Formats: sequence, structure tokens, C-alpha cells
Amino acid sequence: MATVFIPALLQGLTGGRSKLEVAGATVGEVVENLDRAWPGIADRLVEDGRLRTNISVAVDGEVSPMGLLEPVAAGSEVHFVAAISGG
Amino acid sequence: MPGKVHIHTLINNQPTDFLCEPRQSLLECLRDTLNLTGTKEGCNDGNCGACTVLMDGRPVTSCLVLGVEAQDAAITTIEGVAKGNTLHPLQQSFLENAALQCGICTPGFILAAKALLDQEPDPSEERIRFYLANNLCRCTGYDKIIRAVQDAAARMREEARA
Amino acid sequence: MSTQYSVIGTRPVRHDGADKVTGRAIYGADFQMAGLLHGVILRSPHAHARILSIDTSKAKAYPGVQAVVTADDFPEAPDKMVDLGEGETPLSHIRGNVLAKGKALYRGHAVAAVAAASLHDAEEAVKLIDVQYEVLPCALTAPDAMKDGAPILHESMRTKELGQKTDRVSNVAEHFRHVLGDIGAGFAEAEAVVEREFNTSTVHQGYIEPHAATALWNNDGRVLVWCSTQGSFVVRDATACVLDIPVSQVKVTPTEIGGGFGGKIPVYLEPVAAILSKQTGRPVKIVMTRRDVFEGTGPTPGCYMKVKIGARKDGTITAAQAYLAFEAGAYPGAMVGPAGMTVFAAYDIPNVTIDGYDVVVNKPSTAAYRAPGAPNAAFATETLIDELAEKLGMDPIDFRLKNAAKEGTRRADGPKFRKIGCVEVLQAMKAHPHYSAPLGGPNRGRGVAIGFWFNVGLQSSCTIAVNTDGHVNLVEGSTDIGGTRTSIAMQAAEVLGIPVEQVQPVVEDTDAVGYTAVTGGSRTTFATGWAAYEAAQDVVRQMKERAAKLWAIEPAAVQAERGVFSSNGHSITFKDLATKLATTGGPVVGRATVNPRGVGGSFAGCIADVEVDPETGKTTVLRFTSVQDAGRAIHPSYVEGQMQGGSVQGIGWALNEEYWMNPQGTMVNSSLLDYRMPTALDLPMIETKIVEVPNPGHPFGVRGVGEANIVPPLAGLANAIYHAIGVRMNRLPMNPPAILQALWDKK
Repeated sequence: MATVFIPALLQGLTGGRSKLEVAGATVGEVVENLDRAWPGIADRLVEDGRLRTNISVAVDGEVSPMGLLEPVAAGSEVHFVAAISGG
Repeated sequence: MPGKVHIHTLINNQPTDFLCEPRQSLLECLRDTLNLTGTKEGCNDGNCGACTVLMDGRPVTSCLVLGVEAQDAAITTIEGVAKGNTLHPLQQSFLENAALQCGICTPGFILAAKALLDQEPDPSEERIRFYLANNLCRCTGYDKIIRAVQDAAARMREEARA
Repeated sequence: MSTQYSVIGTRPVRHDGADKVTGRAIYGADFQMAGLLHGVILRSPHAHARILSIDTSKAKAYPGVQAVVTADDFPEAPDKMVDLGEGETPLSHIRGNVLAKGKALYRGHAVAAVAAASLHDAEEAVKLIDVQYEVLPCALTAPDAMKDGAPILHESMRTKELGQKTDRVSNVAEHFRHVLGDIGAGFAEAEAVVEREFNTSTVHQGYIEPHAATALWNNDGRVLVWCSTQGSFVVRDATACVLDIPVSQVKVTPTEIGGGFGGKIPVYLEPVAAILSKQTGRPVKIVMTRRDVFEGTGPTPGCYMKVKIGARKDGTITAAQAYLAFEAGAYPGAMVGPAGMTVFAAYDIPNVTIDGYDVVVNKPSTAAYRAPGAPNAAFATETLIDELAEKLGMDPIDFRLKNAAKEGTRRADGPKFRKIGCVEVLQAMKAHPHYSAPLGGPNRGRGVAIGFWFNVGLQSSCTIAVNTDGHVNLVEGSTDIGGTRTSIAMQAAEVLGIPVEQVQPVVEDTDAVGYTAVTGGSRTTFATGWAAYEAAQDVVRQMKERAAKLWAIEPAAVQAERGVFSSNGHSITFKDLATKLATTGGPVVGRATVNPRGVGGSFAGCIADVEVDPETGKTTVLRFTSVQDAGRAIHPSYVEGQMQGGSVQGIGWALNEEYWMNPQGTMVNSSLLDYRMPTALDLPMIETKIVEVPNPGHPFGVRGVGEANIVPPLAGLANAIYHAIGVRMNRLPMNPPAILQALWDKK
């Protein structure tokens, strides 16, 4: 199980829970399983089969270049964060 | 359209003739007519110094000089600063002191600094900063440019002694 | 540490240096081609206006004019997201910004373009385009644009909250919130609390080279572009999308680039030049004027912020709260996301709430500018930290050290920091002789501040071909703004064990090199350098195979050390082996592509001494020291150069620079005389201290140094001004009128 941190603006969909233990070998599977338990959440994070524009996923503190395909290990921390660009 | 004027100049020690419209700046003539694109345009109103060339040894912003004003003048552009394959001490010290990043302001700085060092071989840091205040650089914060000019001045004094 | 390297950490002359000191280097506007036409763009004189009609007939009839185009000449492709390598943007926004359709959303918004044989003819003709406008009221600041009844820029826009469109028609494109712990409890625990409002003005990157692009719609249907850009593939992809043709139909050749700082990532001219070329069958060059650059390209956002921080008497910060409203300009994307992620990132704070608002206003569509969003945010946080330290009677660096973020600290946006150098930067500031030097006079003060930037990774490609003389050609796609050809070549040279002068780096066009994202996000030395490292490893692997062939042994038995291949008594240099490629299997070309993880964020700090003249309000910077964690400084001179340049841009932002807008939304200081960037005379030498906390995510420990250095100076100077004259400045720029006003308000 990975620990998924629910962004403040999505906690309305998780009954106010800010952290959830979710199974899944990849970020994509984690989001699917999350949506099964808390319907509607996948729609807020995923569009056309990939993370929505300007959302990135960080696994264990590292922003992933692979998005939904990023592997997730047992005990991993998963965060959905703003995509970072730079000058 | 106004007729073109025949201008005779000495550019980088070469007698050079060109035709220009009265409304064209020296900068345009250098870049577009003579293909001397080493002289850069950053603002076209005299405030950035990227188009600095020497006119009879004096630094001018060539965007504020009309092409017709160059009649019989001696112009030095960045293309004329090195002696053949040998870089001018300013060019060499700009490279060795990492005094350029993007490099767009570099031709203007080298010519302005050359005008200074040709007149004053040992200027103070304050004097260099004052003299180069018409040349904007956005990459370096000027530190390495000032050091490169100081370094070049020392080299030129050394050469003069030798 | 660096003694284990022979190339990394040295200061070679850059490969493109000779061309750049002799005027031979070709920048955007220098590109020439037979038959070239000159394009000029007509820009809206109004900040907000409906375009009722555009009559181009008189312009078309002007002698020498070859074509006149408007937004109607672009294909009507359906809207979609365009991946620009650093994030995605809706096609409709890119296209709408390149040439306005229906409405002009800011003064300077492009509405039409002319191509003529002479630039002067094009300039005359563009004035003859007759545009009828219905002028609308404009909204120029985030707070004004957020008010009920504010003029609405985009009637179809609804505020988004993390993927959910609300039903609110508003100028707020997006609202986000980060929550950590419980700020109510955190502030209840605090024994000292400071809260202030802050405003910062729109500022421009201020690169000296105006945007320039030439396009040729070739007879084979391909669109060829030569332009000055931070990302040739961004230009290719954005231009193809606007023209509604496949990306492979566009070839972009990047020229040398005269500064960017984030501002040369968006496309402005390329699609327009391409359409003009399509209509005329000739290449068309468009070069912006300086006013075009100010009015028509993306500056960085002005903002309104309200920030509150609380701490216990022992100096432990217990809670922090931020409200951030950033001006996106005409289209969403105000960089408020990164502002929210960095505003408290330097500190370990258990209870935090951050609300961010991306607000469209009638100003140019903003673009990235060096650590976009972070300097604004740090201006607020770091002045409050200074105020709290004073209230608690603590040294401002000690107070920061007590609360500094470390490996494992959880940020308000959620993730925990990996290995970072915040503490090491603060320690280096404290130990620097500048920090303990006497100030020596009245009205003088010293301020400190720190800042953080994430940096990015992103995709890069590289190939390395071995020549028979033992030199190599390195092909990469990162346009070189500050010496990156060399910092990339140095990493290859280190692996190959040859001098960097024997690596010839070249930045190629989009047909000739694999996809490479922008030169931005402090990524080039990190990511393209990593690609070069991997490509060089590939060369070494192949060269070992060739040596093994020569000696009839297994490749695994060959060692490579500093440019010498050896095994069991055999030995051959890289150079000698390079002469034997033809007979051992043919040319050797190493290749690598990366989309790396392991990005290492960078912390920076500054120590600033100022003297403020209480009569005139003028601030003189007496001494300035920049400290930054580079991870590993590949070319220390270029690292110092980044630190000095970023510091001085920060000094300009702090003390002088602003878009001075009149109530009608016209920037009244759109020249380099009136938009006052620092000159050599305004500054002291900028001292630098490179800190090296190697990034475990990069083979050489590189973090990327291009951006974090601009974050601290805004607050560092505000703090120095406070310690000089006793007034807390909460508005940028802190120019003489602002300082005098603050002094009068104090009396």
C-alpha cells in the first residue's frame, strides 16, 4: 500500500481525509483504486488517459517524468503537485 | 521615396562607399547595406549601447547617427577590432574572464572600452563604470566585464612598455 | 573533492567565444537570405477593446507591400493542449496571443501584420491598416480584476479548482490551496506574529536582443524558421500547431540568442512570419522594436500578497499563512503555482495554509522570468522573517538556521525534500567576511535573505562522433545563452578523458538532433549535460570494443582511465585508438537521450549593504554578496556569472524596475531610458560564494544554478533599507519616491 496525500481542494471527495492508504503498482493504478473508493477523484486528476495539464505527480519527494506510469512501491508517498516550469 | 546619397567612409581601415537613404541610420547601413552584423540593435533609441561603434575614435550609438553623417568619417566596428587572426587584448580578456554570457552586448562593450583605454590606459574601477554606463548588459551584472576591462588595460600597458 | 576530476571545476574559454567577441556570431536579427521581405506587426493601442473590423485595403495598396495578414489568415484548428516541453498551453491562447481575434486584451496585442521589401515601407503601410475598436473598460491589477463587476477578459472562462470548473465567471483562472497541519493551532502557539500585505509591479526580463524570426514557407511545403529562442522544439511545435500542420513539416534552426531568462520560450513572431511567407512565396523576417518587446511579449507578474508568520519566543516558527494573487496578463498562467510551492519552502513549518489565485488582467500575457513566482513570494516571506527575528531579538541568520528546511522536511505542497543545501548556504553566509564587516556610516544598513528554486529535468538528446584525430563532435539541442556548450562539453570530456578543447559542441536544428526541451528551468547543464555524460559513456563502451578487437580479447577485460584504454599489458590512448576506427568496425558515434529524475533544487542567499539618502530617497548598493548551492560547479566562472546576473536582475527588480501603467492600461515607460535597468555605474562588484552540496541525483552532482540567485535580492535589499532608515518596505520597486513616501508616513 502507498500513502496518497489528498490535495486540500480534493478532500471534499474523500470525506475530509488528507491521507489514504491505497494499493497499486503504478500511479495510474493508485488513481484507479482511489477512484473506486472515492468516486470522482480520478476525473479531477486525469484527462484523456494522462495527468491533467499542469499537474505533476511526486513519488517519495521526486517529481516523476513518467506520470501515471511511474512505479509505486509499498510505503511510497504519492503527492499531486503543480507542474514546475522555469525561466 | 527620397533618393539615395553616396557616402564615402573609411570602415575598419578600408575605404568603403555605400548608398543610403537620408532616413537610414548608420546602424542600418552597417548591418543591412554592408552586412556588418556584428554591430547589434537592442533599442534603436540610444539607450542600450549595443550598437556602439567608434566614429573618428569616439564611441557613438550608431542608431542615433544617420548614415549620411558618416561622410568622410573613419568608423571602427567590432569586425575591425582584431588584428588579422590576433584578438585585441580586450577580446582576449573578455574570453578569459568569462565577461560574456549571451554575447549580444559584447561588441558594444568592447568598442566603448576600447575608446576608453585608447585615451586612458589606467582608469579606476569608478571611471570604467562611468564610461560604460551607456552600455546595458542583462546577463553578467557587469562584474566580470569590469574585471575584463581592468585586465585588458593591464595587458595593454604591458604591451606598450614592451 | 573536485581534485578527482581533470575537467570539471576548471575554467576553459568557451567554444563559441571567438565568434562572440569578433561579431561573427549570428543572432536572430542578423540572419540574411536572398529575397528577404520585412514584416511589421500592428499592435492594439487599447488595453481592452472589441475588434469590430479590420480594413487592410489601403495598406495592401501601399508601394512595396507584398502581403497583409490578420488572425483570419490562420487556420481554424479546434482547440487542444500544446505540450511546450515545460508544460502545456491551450492552442487557442497561443494563437490568440500571436494575432488577436475578436478582442484585443492588452495594449500591444498584435492584430495584423504587413510584409514589404523594405522595412520602412512596411512600417509606413502598417499605419494604413484601419481597425475599428469598441474600447472596453480594463482591469490592470489582480485585486481590481477579482472585484465583483470587474471587466471580464474571457467571457467563457470559469475558475478552476484542481481539475474542477466552478460555475464562477471571473478573471480568476484558477485557485489552489495547500494545507499542512492546522494553522489555527499553530498561530495559537505563537508568541510573536507578523502579518503584512505586499504588492509588486510587473517587470520585464530585459534581454538586450529583441525577438527576431525569419520564416520561409518552402516550395516543398515545409516551413523553415530561423529564430532566437530558448527552445527550438518549442517553436517548432507551437508554430506547427498554430499553422495546423504536422510538427515534422516545420524545421527550426536556432540562431545565437541574446538573452532570454524565460522570456524567449513563448512564440510571438514565427507563425506570423510563416503566414506572410506563405502568401508571398518569399522568406519574411520580423524583428521586434524595444517597445514591441515591452508591450507585446511576456513580462513577469505583478502581484498582491498577504502573508502571516508566527513563532515561539525560542525562535521556532509554528505557523505560516499566505494569500497570493498573481497577474497572469491576458491569458492564464501567472506562475502562482510555483510561488505557492516556494513561498515557505526554505523553512520547516508544521502548520501552513497557502491560497493562490491565477488572475487574468489587461496586460501582456506573462512569461517565465528566472525562478518564476519565487522572487515575489520570497520578497514577502523573507521581509517578515527579518521582522520576526528582530522581534525575537535573534540574529536573522541564526533565526533562519533554527528553522531551515533539510533533507526530510515536508513542504507545504506535500513532498519531503531530498538532499538540499539550505543550511549550508546559511552557514556560508554567516561565515562570510561580509557579514561581520563594519558598515561604516549613517543611513547604512545590511540585509540578508534566502530563496529556493526547484529546477527542472526534462528531455534532452545528444550524440558524440569520434574523429580520426581523437577529437569529438558533440551535437546537442540546447540553445546556448550563457556558455552551456562548454559546460555540457566539459562533462563529456571528463568521461572521455580528453581535454575539453578536443570536444567540439554544436547546437543543431530540429531536423538534426533529438527532441530537446527549452534552455530554462536551470536544466541545461543538469539534463543536457547528463545526456552528454551518457553519450560519452556510450562512446567509451564502443571504444573498449574496438580496443578489445585490436587485442583479440573480451571488451569486458578493457579498462578506460583518463583517456587511456588498457588491458593486461596492452595500452592505447583515445587519440591513437581513434585512428583505428575504420579497420575495427567503422565510425564510433555515441548517443543518449534522457528525461531525468533526480533534479536537485538550489538554495541561494544574499548579503546586501545599502546607503539610503534620506533627502532624495535614493538607495545605493554598497556591497553585495551572493551565495548559492551549485551541487557541483562544472565551470565555476559561469556559475559565478549566473549568480551575479541573477543578483543584479533582482537588484533592478527591487529598486527601479516596473511597468508604469496609466489608467488606460498603457505602459508609459516602454523604453530602456525610462524602464531603468541597472547600469555598471549603479553597482558594486558582486561577490560570490559557491556552495557545493552535490546532488545525489546527477552523475557529477549538478543542481542547476540559473535561477535561485534572483530570489533573495528583493527582500535582502528591503531588509537592508529597513536597517538603514527604519522603514519596512512592502511594495516594489523601492525607488526614491516610494522610499520618501515611506519616510514621510513614518513621521
